Amino acid sequence: MDTKLLLDSRHLNITIDRLCYQLIENHHQFDHTVLIGVQPRGIFLSNRIHKRLCEILGRQDIKYGKLDITFFRDDFRRRDEPLIPSETDIDFIIEDKNVVLIDDVLYTGRTIRAALDAILAFGRPRNVELLVLVDRKFSRQLPVQADYIGDTVDAITSQIVKVQWAEQEGTDQVLLYTPIKS
Amino acid sequence: MESISTQHLTGIKNLTSQDVELILSTAVQFKEIINRPIKKVPSLRDVTIANLFFENSTRTKLSFELAEKRLSADVINFSSSGSSVSKGETLVDTANNILAMKVDMIVMRHPYPGAALFLARELKKYPKSAHAQIINAGDGTHEHPTQALLDAFSIQQSCGDIAGKKVAIIGDIMHSRVALSNIYCLKKMGAEVTVCGPPTLIPKYIASLGVKISHNLMETLKWCDVANMLRIQLERQQLKYFPSLREYALHFGLTKKKLNVLNRPITIMHPGPINRGVEITSDVADSGHSIILEQVENGVAVRMAVLYLLAGKTQF
Repeated sequence: MDTKLLLDSRHLNITIDRLCYQLIENHHQFDHTVLIGVQPRGIFLSNRIHKRLCEILGRQDIKYGKLDITFFRDDFRRRDEPLIPSETDIDFIIEDKNVVLIDDVLYTGRTIRAALDAILAFGRPRNVELLVLVDRKFSRQLPVQADYIGDTVDAITSQIVKVQWAEQEGTDQVLLYTPIKS
Repeated sequence: MESISTQHLTGIKNLTSQDVELILSTAVQFKEIINRPIKKVPSLRDVTIANLFFENSTRTKLSFELAEKRLSADVINFSSSGSSVSKGETLVDTANNILAMKVDMIVMRHPYPGAALFLARELKKYPKSAHAQIINAGDGTHEHPTQALLDAFSIQQSCGDIAGKKVAIIGDIMHSRVALSNIYCLKKMGAEVTVCGPPTLIPKYIASLGVKISHNLMETLKWCDVANMLRIQLERQQLKYFPSLREYALHFGLTKKKLNVLNRPITIMHPGPINRGVEITSDVADSGHSIILEQVENGVAVRMAVLYLLAGKTQF
């Protein structure tokens, strides 16, 4: 595997800051907006975004939930590995709210399709936007696009984009792995 | 990531402790789902499930049906009364005919011990039915695995970790499939188990399963953290095992008076149906320490977890 660093810790945090300010441009005080992180890997980003927004806006009451999409996936019984669910933690209704879905990497678009399905169990949102740290071009399988993008990567199917977090892997960084042809 | 180790759920005995843990942790997520405004997920929309009930049931049948519907499975129900079973059809023929209608899973309750295991083995011989997954919803006096799983889940939800907990199973141990499945399940999860009842209703070799035996209710209550009260299964008793229900209630019935002596709360469970005034009085069954209705709620979540994990073992 050939490894390329796409974002280091400093750039990753600058990117998160930029995404937060872009969100504030559109959602002002977040009175009618809720943040929803997509389990399992989107949570690290959504935790950071939520924390940073609270700091910038000086308020602690920005509504934030975590959504597990396992039971809404379209590949159940179609893959070898089992699909094990994570926790859903949404203690509010999203009826008539602006929802910002947050995930780390936008790839095929299938996770977001499932998330759009799953979120409807909590009400009918006024609108839904998508925020991702990394948008992988050329690999979409569904008509899904992000509204807020940290970084765009031209990655082909055989390549792997991995977002690592200090809380989980010890370092904040985004890596691109390319298999070496033998 | 792990997956469940078995194609069928015929009993707790052949599950691993990892399987039990996986089912219980998955059930946590399903419990959250069944408390949402919209309680349905689409996971099993391409799965058809037949509920075969050769014996009476209220809770288990409704609970399985709700679990199946909340997973979006197609459900067909069958009960032996009014069916061709009374015309002499064998169990395997009945199952093969139902499976020929493109059914993927069978949830079965049967009065004969081992019926689910027998069906799972027999169906392997028929290429057109070999894909089917069997879930035991109670087979005679043998096992009732989903009840044991929901009991374990209920203990976990109300008292925390199961390991090290002292659980007493009190009543008609001899005729109870709930008792046997509970013993297997609780032992796998590291709990201490005592069975308590009149000597005639405790099977002779039950101690070989690693449980303590007691014939004294007060001693057992003083020892335990959780008391799981069982019904006297008169319908399975061919002989008289005790002089009268009144005498049984006097010695083994759980009353407020007996609990008051303990000076500490214990969690009260009952798999239902309750015979009020026999194994448990109304004031105990309806008290704050009783988790009987939580058990029923948890039953749907645990059955959703079982159906989901087993369905995940098969390919579309």
